[in-house]
Amino acid sequence: MSIHTSRRILLACAAWWIALVVIEAYALVITFGFTWRVALIDIGNINLLIATAGNVMFNSLRYYQPSPKNALYIFAGSIALAALCSFAHDYLMTRYFNGDEMYLRYLDSSHIIRGLFTWLMITIIAVISWVWFYLKDQRAGEKRDQDALKLAREAELASLQQKLQPHFLFNSLNSISSLAGTKPEAARKMIQQLSDFLRGTIKQDDQQLVTFEEEVKHLELYLEIEKVRFGYRLKTEMDYEPVINTCMLPSLLLQPLVENAIKFGLYDTVGEITIRIAAKRLNDQLIIAIENPFDPETSQPRKGTGFGLNSVQRRLYLLYARNDLMTTEQIEKVFKTEVKIPQPA
Amino acid sequence: MINTLLIDDEPLARSLVAEYLMSYPEIKILQECNDGFEGVKAIAQHKPDLIFLDIQMPKINGFEMLELVDQPPAVIFTTAFDEYAMKAFEAHAIDYLLKPFSKERFDKAIQKWLQQRNQSEVKNTSTTLISEEIRQPEERNRIVVKEGSNIRIIPVHEINYIEAYDDYVKIFTQKEMFLKKKTLSFYEHNLDAAQFVRVHRSYLIQLNQLTKIEPLEKDTHIALLKSGAKIPLSKGGYGRLKIVLGL
Repeated sequence: MSIHTSRRILLACAAWWIALVVIEAYALVITFGFTWRVALIDIGNINLLIATAGNVMFNSLRYYQPSPKNALYIFAGSIALAALCSFAHDYLMTRYFNGDEMYLRYLDSSHIIRGLFTWLMITIIAVISWVWFYLKDQRAGEKRDQDALKLAREAELASLQQKLQPHFLFNSLNSISSLAGTKPEAARKMIQQLSDFLRGTIKQDDQQLVTFEEEVKHLELYLEIEKVRFGYRLKTEMDYEPVINTCMLPSLLLQPLVENAIKFGLYDTVGEITIRIAAKRLNDQLIIAIENPFDPETSQPRKGTGFGLNSVQRRLYLLYARNDLMTTEQIEKVFKTEVKIPQPA
Repeated sequence: MINTLLIDDEPLARSLVAEYLMSYPEIKILQECNDGFEGVKAIAQHKPDLIFLDIQMPKINGFEMLELVDQPPAVIFTTAFDEYAMKAFEAHAIDYLLKPFSKERFDKAIQKWLQQRNQSEVKNTSTTLISEEIRQPEERNRIVVKEGSNIRIIPVHEINYIEAYDDYVKIFTQKEMFLKKKTLSFYEHNLDAAQFVRVHRSYLIQLNQLTKIEPLEKDTHIALLKSGAKIPLSKGGYGRLKIVLGL
């Protein structure tokens, strides 16, 4: 809400309050024959007390919004505040108008009607405040929902982009274009590999579990293509026993990790690099480690883990509700990423 | 005879350009380079008329490589999809070829360059302008400099302050000083404004290096850095510093 609107509301309240005081005082003057001074002091005082109580109500409702079921709290609160106001008014007026018989008689006879009036006013203020904050909350909630929706849409787009990997795709196509002129057979083979790879990428969904064997097959397609692109610079080593072929893991989990390793390995250093992938089963977990060389001198210590690694961490969290399944470490000139996949017993 | 270099980290990408160039017997490939380091050396050695340059390469990217070359040749970029780069060189390179590109598209780029060359022999496609435009995220957190024949990559967080020095700037880290042919306002606009403040016509300081501001004379102040360096503050610079620090 802008300062402008809140000031307008404040002004409206003040005008309303002054009008109320004047009208009530006028009623006292003509009904009981008080002087304007007496009437204004009496009415001014009680209304000031009501305004204070209303303010207390408003501010408590700002922080605590009882549900319609708990409307009783508002009811009880306004009764208590009304009683408090009435006693305070009684006390102050008795002292101030000490000796004014006519006024004191009036004060004595109007306890109940004043108490009820005070309670009514405070209740009205409470109800208005409650509605006010309720609407405000709802508007904020709507905005939150919209924001969340927008965020979800962006995430979806990002995941789609990551699946398609435009950079990888276009560079691979460029390599094929190059091979087509000189080695048509190699070009055809690479088209085949790229197609198999893309098919594998598209058909899998995030929730699916696949065997380690399937995942490695997909990974090898990817590595073959990267090796054609980068030639002698890229070497890979796989180290695992065939017994773990039947272990299960989320589909396409390893590829972003290897992609990340290749990216930082190739772009952080010049010359030949070797990406090492080692997997083993330990008790109820499949442990996969991916290593790439990097140059601690010139590359910045990687803050966080990078986009690819973040998305893997997020997936593992969504699937297993654990944040400790992926770890990264830098040992001298090697960057190592390790993931642990819980296996069904 | 037109001399050219192919700079790309993918061998097949280079051989494609080489194949396309076969129909231009007057263009001669002097060398193929695997990365920006080789590129810098080869350009200094051969002084080519034209280079074909990839953007994403090991260690330093194509833009950073160009910054290190004293008299950059004409450049035709060859790159795959790259959203940052697209914006950067739209206006200033001779042409950019999006991989994979056809022979027809390639021919067009060559024609464009031949035309420009004929119009004015000395015309340089102002590679300085190219790099002024670049705001790739990685370039906001590192600066590449040449030290003799060595290339150094300085992480931005290691910079204490930058001082204007004729056509150059002096970049001061904790232990060293590097020269770079750039303007101070380039860094003022390209480094993170929340970290670097232009406190003087000739000085840009990194905020987290600041330890103290002392009055010098009436109306003038001086900044003390962790390294012990004392940096004069101009009136406007003192004002900017106060705003950033929330004083």
